[in-house]
Amino acid sequence: MMDLFGDPALWLPFVFAGLMGTAILIYVILDGFDLGVGLLFPFASPTERDRMVASIGPFWDANETWLVLAIGILLVAFPVAHGVILTALYLPVAVMLVGLILRGVAFEFRVKAPTRHRGAWNKAFFAGSLASTLSQGFMLGMYVTGLQFTWANIAFATLTAVFLTVGFSFIGAVWLIGKADGVLQAKAILWARRGIWGLIAGIVAISAASPLVSARIWDKWFSWPEIAWLAPLPVLSAVLVLALWRVLHRLPLDGDRLAWAPFWMASALFVMAFGGLAYSFYPYVVPEQMTIYESAAAPESLIIILVGTMVVLPIIIAYSILAYTVFRGKATELTYY
Amino acid sequence: MDPLILSRIQFAANISFHILFPTITIALGWVLLFFKLRFNRTGDEKWMDAYRFWVKVFALSFALGVVSGITMSFQFGTNWPGFMEAVGNVAGPLLAYEILTAFFLEAAFLGIMLFGFRRVPGWLHTTATALVAFGTTLSAFWILVLNSWMHTPAGYELRDGVVHATDWFAIVFNPSMPYRLAHMLLASGLTVSFLIAGFSAMRWLWGDRSAEVRTTLRFGATLGAILIPIQIYAGDMHGLNTLEHQPAKVAAMEGNWETQGNVPLVLFAIPDQEARENRMEIAIPSVASLILTHSLDGEVPGLNDFVAADGTVEHPPVAPVFYAFRVMVGLGFAMLALSWSSVWLMRRGRGVEGLPRPWIYAFVGMAFSGWVATLAGWYVTEIGRQPWLVTGVLTTKEAVGPVTGGMVASTLAAYLLVYAGLMAAYLGTLTYLARKAARHDPLTPDVPKPDAGIRVLQPGE
Ligand code: HDD
Ligand code: HEM
Ligand code: HEM
Repeated sequence: MMDLFGDPALWLPFVFAGLMGTAILIYVILDGFDLGVGLLFPFASPTERDRMVASIGPFWDANETWLVLAIGILLVAFPVAHGVILTALYLPVAVMLVGLILRGVAFEFRVKAPTRHRGAWNKAFFAGSLASTLSQGFMLGMYVTGLQFTWANIAFATLTAVFLTVGFSFIGAVWLIGKADGVLQAKAILWARRGIWGLIAGIVAISAASPLVSARIWDKWFSWPEIAWLAPLPVLSAVLVLALWRVLHRLPLDGDRLAWAPFWMASALFVMAFGGLAYSFYPYVVPEQMTIYESAAAPESLIIILVGTMVVLPIIIAYSILAYTVFRGKATELTYY
Repeated sequence: MDPLILSRIQFAANISFHILFPTITIALGWVLLFFKLRFNRTGDEKWMDAYRFWVKVFALSFALGVVSGITMSFQFGTNWPGFMEAVGNVAGPLLAYEILTAFFLEAAFLGIMLFGFRRVPGWLHTTATALVAFGTTLSAFWILVLNSWMHTPAGYELRDGVVHATDWFAIVFNPSMPYRLAHMLLASGLTVSFLIAGFSAMRWLWGDRSAEVRTTLRFGATLGAILIPIQIYAGDMHGLNTLEHQPAKVAAMEGNWETQGNVPLVLFAIPDQEARENRMEIAIPSVASLILTHSLDGEVPGLNDFVAADGTVEHPPVAPVFYAFRVMVGLGFAMLALSWSSVWLMRRGRGVEGLPRPWIYAFVGMAFSGWVATLAGWYVTEIGRQPWLVTGVLTTKEAVGPVTGGMVASTLAAYLLVYAGLMAAYLGTLTYLARKAARHDPLTPDVPKPDAGIRVLQPGE
């Protein structure tokens, strides 16, 4: 069976890189919105905060599991690269983990601990979300610039940290537009109108920086005929941003029409930005140092995982959809049982 | 400081913190399912009250388990890159299967289990509870397969220092896996039994005489009484298996220096690795030989066999393994004494009223005995494997990453601080919930009217 599709040493790394990319993308969108909701905490009133948490409570754990899957695929499919990347990013990873710990437990503690502690857990929820998104943005910046700790790179990574944080609060806001109503929805629309600038700035900064840091990426984008194939990507993104901008300025509409449109558009934007990034880096898994083919694990082990993935992934998607269906509609209340 | 030592401390701290919560969630999931099914069957509110209280403990423990678990999965890359480089071909698929089959299952149905009570039909809620319980058990299965393989590797070959899988059946069913899995699942069951009994006893002391508290105290004591003899038997079998595959570990557990017959069972001693002897030893003659070989003069391997000609020590550090083993076994017998005597007293007397005060206090005192025994057991197992990370394949030293000591020290300090804070919050919140339940404050608000509009969580809910 392994030879049916040609040399597995050639296609397996590619398939796994694809799987890993998909897991990261799903993570960024899904955990993006629930981290984003945490980032918006300081702007909301105490009752609004409860509703904001209610809108993500049933989902956040499954959302975070995509990060575990992404890091798991990196670890199983590209073990050497996994070590190189994670040791290079040692400190930001630790900051992210502490952040994820704080916000993850705050979900439970803020409703179970004595009421007088609730303010403190709300702060922990916000601080944890902030630490996670800042460090993720920082890691993205370091990765794009090749994992070299020079001052210029650190400065750039600091910039991406800020942009990604704003980008996540944007997607958190558009999620709330769909999930909330009344005053909270109106607030979310305002937040989104402001946040979109961060998103745009972030996409532009990373798109501009990648070809500048690497001649290889420059050639991949700006040579004929690639440039013709790739042109739709930036054009489409620009169209989407414009559409988003317009729809945000028309909301809210009667009968809650188009309340979910910003969320879908923002997700599409994330997909395109991610696609561009993936195209730039292929076939490298550690930028400019190690390709996916050089660092892949043994084909026998990858096949074992691939077979399982093909069987299990559709099931995972099916029950994820079930969970989102059960908790569809406006988030008005959340009763623990 | 030495990044190796620091990384080891950090790993030990993280895994020790992590394992506390899975130990609770694995068995508590099944217990909740049991409560729910009893309620479905009898319609008796006390089962639902018990469900309502313990599902909160479950939710809290689960959240702590998830976040500390995410930390674990990054540790391999940040601190032990050599581990995946050397054995990634075996460890990778096992971890991948854990994520794919267990983690997503738990995470997706947890939402329905915790928040879906009024949104989904009763059968779906019960099914979600069952699937979460199944998911936690499945994840224990995969990670214990990996951990057991690290102790007793099988089904692989080495090519250029890298492990390649040759036989997946042999890898999954490696020699120590069945014993470790059984022992750990039982440990989880015991931890939960004594936790439930302990908190119920605490509520009893606070004057709570509800049907719920009577039921759960009885339930915890009875479950513990059923599981503990099985655990002692499983532990004995586990030890025999270890004797076959990791004799140095057993020698350290027994504190036995010379390979010989008629080895005494050492009840207490201070092992002195410098002098290579035990000080202040209290021992029963020949019993260790009897337990390990089933004959009084059976020969048992000693630690001195594991010292190379040049004096290099190739066995694990003796004292921690020796003491940890005694803590675990001692607690096992304490659990046996308490649970059996109280079940007997409750049968003779009038249920919980038949328990004398000291027994109630003993249950409170033993509420977290499962945690202590479990940690002690893991210390025996893991320290007993040193200096190997994967027995005979990879030493711990070879796996450590190029990160500097200062970096590890700073993250270690951060983790310890966070863990200490979380542990305090966890214990505080558990006690707070129990106190509130004992006062019969509503744990969950009344059923909201179907059209309650914007109803948000009430403080303290
Ligand atoms: C005997 C059981 C056991 C052991 C030895 C471990 N775990 Fe664990 N782990 C579980 C039993 C468990 C669990 C019961 O399945 C948890 C606890 C709470 C939960 O959500 O699942 C879990 C959660 C959990 C999660 C979060 C899953 C999620 O997002 O839902 C991760 C990433 C890990 N673990 C990873 C690890 C790693 C890398 C370990 C070893 C080095 C490890 N665990 C040891
Ligand atoms: C869950 C219960 C576990 C506990 C409490 C535990 C505890 C420990 C402790 C105390 C050490 C340090 C030993 C020493 O350095 O002397 C250790 C080492 C180690 N264990 Fe475990 N362990 C557990 C499970 C696992 C599992 C499931 C794995 C792998 C899948 C694992 C992998 C390791 C590794 C990689 C080391 C070497 C690093 C080190 O020496 O600190 N452990 N563990
Ligand atoms: C009283 C009789 C008991 C005996 C004879 C016993 C025996 C053992 C042995 C020999 C090991 C080491 C396995 C190895 O070589 O790696 C072990 C490990 C362990 N024990 Fe026990 N044990 C007992 C009670 C308990 C109790 C009461 C608990 C918890 C509630 C417990 C929890 C553990 C755990 C979690 C481990 C580490 C995982 C493993 O290797 O299975 N044990 N036990």
